[in-house]
Amino acid sequence: MDVQTWTYIIVGTTFAIYIGIAIWSRAGSTKDFYVAGGGVPPLANGMATAADWMSAASFISMAGIISFAGYDGAVYLMGWTGGYVLLALLLAPYLRKFGKFTVPDFIGDRYYSNTARTVAVVCALFVSFTYVAGQMRGVGVVFSRFLEVDINNGVYIGMFIVFIYAVLGGMKGITYTQVAQYVILIFAFMVPAIFISIQLTNNPIPQLGFGGTINGSETYLLDKLNGLHEELGFAAYTDGSKALIDVFFITFALMVGTAGLPHVIVRFFTVPKVSDARISAGYALVFIAILYTTAPAVAAFARTNLIQTVSNEKYASMPGWFSNWEKTGLLTFTDKNEDGVIQYVADAEKNELVIDRDIMVLANPEIANLPNWVVALVAAGGLAAALSTAAGLLLVISTSVSHDLIKKQFAPDISDSNELWVARGSAVVAVVIAGYFGINPPGFVAAVVALAFGLAAASFFPAIILGIFYQRMNKEGAIAGMISGLGITLLYMLIFKFNLFGDTTSADWWFGVSPEGFGTIGMLVNFAVSITVSSLTKAPPQEVQELVDHIRFPRGAGEAQNH
Amino acid sequence: MNKEKMKAYWQRNLLYLVVLLIIWFLVSYGAGILFADALNSIRIGGFPLGFWFAQQGSIYVFVILIFVYVSLMNKLDKKFDVDEKE
Repeated sequence: MDVQTWTYIIVGTTFAIYIGIAIWSRAGSTKDFYVAGGGVPPLANGMATAADWMSAASFISMAGIISFAGYDGAVYLMGWTGGYVLLALLLAPYLRKFGKFTVPDFIGDRYYSNTARTVAVVCALFVSFTYVAGQMRGVGVVFSRFLEVDINNGVYIGMFIVFIYAVLGGMKGITYTQVAQYVILIFAFMVPAIFISIQLTNNPIPQLGFGGTINGSETYLLDKLNGLHEELGFAAYTDGSKALIDVFFITFALMVGTAGLPHVIVRFFTVPKVSDARISAGYALVFIAILYTTAPAVAAFARTNLIQTVSNEKYASMPGWFSNWEKTGLLTFTDKNEDGVIQYVADAEKNELVIDRDIMVLANPEIANLPNWVVALVAAGGLAAALSTAAGLLLVISTSVSHDLIKKQFAPDISDSNELWVARGSAVVAVVIAGYFGINPPGFVAAVVALAFGLAAASFFPAIILGIFYQRMNKEGAIAGMISGLGITLLYMLIFKFNLFGDTTSADWWFGVSPEGFGTIGMLVNFAVSITVSSLTKAPPQEVQELVDHIRFPRGAGEAQNH
Repeated sequence: MNKEKMKAYWQRNLLYLVVLLIIWFLVSYGAGILFADALNSIRIGGFPLGFWFAQQGSIYVFVILIFVYVSLMNKLDKKFDVDEKE
C-alpha cells in the first residue's frame, strides 16, 4: 500500500480512539473538568504529563534543530528535561498540597489579592496562546504533507478533534486521551529511530548506536559526522558554534520556563496525594527521557544520512522523498553553478540546498528508505504530540477565564453547572483563536515555543517559588515582580525577535543574550523586584503565613482540596 | 504539629533540596556546558564526554535525582509523622 492509504488508516484509527475516550470519560462537574476529579493514578498522570508536555516542537522540530545545531542542541535537551527536577523538588508537592484548580488560583490566594490573580491570568493567557499557536502550525505542517490537504483545512480538522475532547471531556477527557497519545507518539518516534540505528550502526538501541561505530567499519559515527561537517565548512558536530554564555542562558530559561508552564503545573493538581505529585513528576520525566535521549541520536543519524545522500550527488538521481518535499517548498535546490550536482556547503554564496529544519523527523523514515507504514506512523505521532499539547493549553485558557475571572471575580455565586457551561464556552472561543493562529502562524514552530518559555520563566516561576519558600513575600512584591519580569521580557522579544522598532542583529543584544535566553534575565528581574518591593511594604496577614506553613508538609492534602 | 518539629522537618527538606540541586547544576551547567570543552578530551566509546553529558548523561542524572528525592521525602514524612494515610 502507498503512504497515502497507510496515513488515512493509521491517522483515522488514532482519531477514532481519541474521540472514543473523550466520550467515555466526559466531565460531569467542574472538578472533573478542571482537575479530572483529582483521582488520576500517578503513572497515568506521568504519561499524560509527558504527552501534554511533548509538543509538536519536541516531536517534529527538535531532532531537526539538533541535527543542524550539533552540540548546541543541548540547550533543548537539557533545558526541557532539567526543568522537571525543579518541578518535582520545588513546585509540584506544594501546589498539590495547596489543592486548587489553577496556577492563578494559587497566586490569587497566596497573595490575597484579585489584582495578583488577574495579573496571573493575563500571564497564563499570554503564555498559553503563544504556545498553542506553535502547535496548530505543527498540525498544519503534518497534514499538508501527509494527507495532501490544504494547510488551512488541516488546521480545521485539528480544531474539530481538539474541540470534541477538550470541550466535552475537560481535564478528565484530556488526561485519558493524552495517555493514548503518549503511547502513539512514543511508538511513532521509536520505531524509525530503532530501524535507522540498526541500519547505520547495527545497534537496536539508538542511545547506544549514537556512540557506536558505523556498520562494516571501525569509524565512530560521531567522528564520521565531524569529518563530513569539516569537509563542507561547518563547525564540528560535537563542538557547536553558539557562545558559551548564550548556551547557559537559553538552557536556564528553558528549564525555568518548563517549571513555570501553567498547563504542566496544573497536571499535578490531578493526583490524589502529595506523594503522588512527587512521584508522578518522576514518571513524567522517565517517559519524556525516552524521547529526549533518542532525539539526539536521530539527529546525528539523519544528519549523516542527509549529507551522504545529497552532497555532491546529481540532482537528477535524487530519490522520491526529495521531490515530495520540494513540492511543499520546505526543501529548495538552486543550481548556482549549473553543473546539475548538489553543492551543500556552509558558505552561503556557494550553497545550493536549503532545508527547513522542521522536515527532518518527518522525512527521516523516507530518507532511510523505511516501509510506508512507518512513514504514516510518524505522521500520526506528530499529530498526537501537537494535539495533546494544544488540548492541555486550551484547558488552561478556558479554566483561567471561567474559574479565575468569572467565578472568582465577576460572579462568585455562579452554580457548578453554569460554571461548567462557561468553561466549555471559553474552550470553544479558545479553539477558534488557536485555529486563527494556526492559519496565520506568527513564526516558526520552535521559535514561538521558545518565546512562550521565556514569558513563563519571567512571570510565574519566581511568584510561585517565593510564595512557597519565602514566608515574608507579600502581594505588592508579587504583583510588581510579575509585571516587571513579563514586561521586560516581552519588550526584549519585541525589539530583538520581532524587530518591532527597526532591524536588529545579534551584535545589539544586551550582554550578548539572545531573545531565547532572555527569560533568565526576566526571571532575575522578577526575583529582585519582588524581594525589594516586599521588604519595603508590610508583611502578609497572619492567615496567609499559616497557609504557607500548611503547604509545607504533606498531611491533609485531601481536605485542602475541598475548601 | 508543634513549631519545633515543623521547623526541623522543613530544615531537613531544604537540606535535601540544596544537595540535589547542586548535583543538578554540576551535571548540566557544569559538565554539559562550562567544562564541556575540557571534558571532550576524554572519550567513552564514540562519545566525547562533555558532548555526552550535554546530550545524554545529564538527562539520565535528572531522572535519578527525582527518584532519590521521592524516596528521601517519603522516609522523612514517615519519620516526622506527616505522611498521608491511605
